[in-house]
Parts: sequence; structure tokens; C-alpha cells
Amino acid sequence: MIVAQRKKIPEIFKVIQEHKSILVLGCGTCVTVCLAGGEREVSIISSALRIASRKAGKKNKVNEFTIERQCDNVFIEGAAEEIKKNDAVLSLGCGAGVQAIADCYPDKPVYAGLDTAFLGRLESRGVWTEKCTQCGTCVLSDFGGICPVTRCAKHLFNGPCGGSREDRCEINADQPCAWQLIYRRLKNIDQLGKIAKEYPIKDWSKSIDGGVRTIIREDHRI
Amino acid sequence: MNDKSFEPKIIAFCCHYCAYASADLAGSMRLQYPSGVRIIRTPCTGRLEVEYYMRAFENGVDGVLVAGCLEGGCHFIEGNLFAKKRVGAIRDILEESGIEKERLRMVNISAAMAINLAAIINEMVNTIKELGPNPIRKTNNGMEIEFKEFEMLNSRQ
Repeated sequence: MIVAQRKKIPEIFKVIQEHKSILVLGCGTCVTVCLAGGEREVSIISSALRIASRKAGKKNKVNEFTIERQCDNVFIEGAAEEIKKNDAVLSLGCGAGVQAIADCYPDKPVYAGLDTAFLGRLESRGVWTEKCTQCGTCVLSDFGGICPVTRCAKHLFNGPCGGSREDRCEINADQPCAWQLIYRRLKNIDQLGKIAKEYPIKDWSKSIDGGVRTIIREDHRI
Repeated sequence: MNDKSFEPKIIAFCCHYCAYASADLAGSMRLQYPSGVRIIRTPCTGRLEVEYYMRAFENGVDGVLVAGCLEGGCHFIEGNLFAKKRVGAIRDILEESGIEKERLRMVNISAAMAINLAAIINEMVNTIKELGPNPIRKTNNGMEIEFKEFEMLNSRQ
């Protein structure tokens, strides 16, 4: 899922302060799960903005609303009434959500309340780790389900760099050596032979490096 | 700012099993603390949602005290540990919003520690007196908004 975290209140207040009424719009999917932009966080950030507004001697009206998902027009329609009533929208959705709202309401200022960080999972309570950089050509099947693109600091495909110390990455000791993990995992599932396979240079043009991507499914278009 | 006429409005969330019992004992012992401190009994400090702290300050309260059991002695095992983390997080958000983080404080006391509780409350009242009223209670011309008017002014749409 997409993992994001909240922006600091002064940064948010700076962009919204000139608007008389602001709708803080939450999203019930990824950002709820990573505790950054769900209904509760909308309430907290709205309170904080009201406090900041009063402290600055302004009278911004901060309203709250949360929809199931901000990346789908069908759900965005559910917020139409609330959005119309306000001068601006502070979206607590991920980057896709903020842009979806902006696309649907081209004449309404839409601001981002979160820093969208990465695609990852919940490792343990309160801890999320990055798992996927969306490179566009998934190789997880050949590496026991551990991504050498994301989790190896050097994005190595043909074995470890040899610099790891005590299973930790040479570049960032907070991270385990991905190749250590790959080796152990392939050994556990009896597929160690895959390590011997020679991987050619990765086609990075399929990732964001090749430009913004679009996927079209003609079988779903009439 | 140390205005002698300023009586801080402080909410003290006290857990039923320890802090509230301690406050009760303080009453029995006739220990004195200012009347601006209002006690709210909660089953456990872990029950307190972070929104309560935010709304308290949004509505003009000068200080919030969260009083729970001693660590390791919570009736619900970990409730006070959750409360501790939540209070820590909200202190940061309050600081970002412009409210001094010293206005929100968590303490751990047991049911027998009535004297400590009274001392903590008095200490908190003094701290808040030093800090002055909640910064958002002042209007542009420096006049203070009365506490009970504040709730009407700050209506949510």
C-alpha cells in the first residue's frame, strides 16, 4: 500500500491561510492504514489548523470530510457537496488522490497535506517499510520474493556487493543486506540455483525514469 | 506573563483506578488546589483519544493534565503506555500549531499518592500561570475571550 506521513502544521497553514473556508478531505484507504490521512487524522489536523488560524488572528473555517478513496471519481462525487461549499481543499490523500481531486475540480485550489513516501507494508505496529519502487518489470519471482531493486541500496541483480557487515547493508546499516535475505530465502525454498542466473542490464525505461506511465485495458473500454 | 488575576482552566483526565482514587483521597485529606482544575474520570488514560486533547485546546482550555496509573500498574495492562505515546505525539502537534507543549502533561501516580497529585496539580497551575492563558483566547485587540463564550464562537460546521 501507499505509505505517507503528515506535513508539519506551519507548512500546511502557510498555503491555506488566505482562504476563508477550507475542507480537509481524508481518504479511507492507504492513508488510513498508515495513520496519516484517515478520518482521525483529518480531525487532528483540522483542530491543529484551527488553533494555528486563531493564533495568527485569522478566522479560517476548517471543515472536515472523509471519503472511501480519493483516487476514484465515483468516490470523489460523494464529496461534491462539501467541496463546493468551501473555498479550497486540503487533501490528506496520497499524491494520486490530491491530483484526482484537482482534476475533478479545476477551478478549486487543492493542496497536499501529506508527503507521500513509498509503496510498502506494515512491518510491525507503527513501522512501515518500503518494498516496491514500481520499476515496471517485476523480477520478484527470481529472487525469492525479495526485491533487489528496492531493498538493495545498489540495485544489484547478480549477487551481493561483498560490503555487508553482520547482515547489514554497507550503505545504510539500518537496513538488512537484501542479498543476504535473498540467499537465505532461496535456500529455504530450495531455489538456490536461481542465483546462478545471469541478469542483463535492467530496462529502466519501464520505470518512472522512462517518463510518466499509462496503462490501458482495451478489453474494459467500450 | 504572570497575571495575578488569571485563574487557569485546566482539565485533569484521571483514570478511575489510580488517579481518580488519588484525587478522591486528596479531597478526603482536604488537600488544597485551585478550583479552576476540573477533574474528568476516565476508565483508563488509554481510553483518551488524541482528539480530546486537541479539542480541549481548540476550545480555549489553558492546560490539560493526564493522570494515569504507575507504569506497570495499569489495570488494563498497557493503557497508560498508549496514553504516554499519544500525549507525546500531541505535544509535538500542539507546538507546531503554536501552543506551548508544556500545557499538556502526563503524570503517573498511584491511588495512595494523594499528596503527590495535589503537588503536581499546584505545580501545573503555576506553570500555566507563567505561560499565561491559552494563546488563542486572545482576540486581535488583546482582550481575552471568556471560556464559555469560546465554545459558541468555535462552532464546527
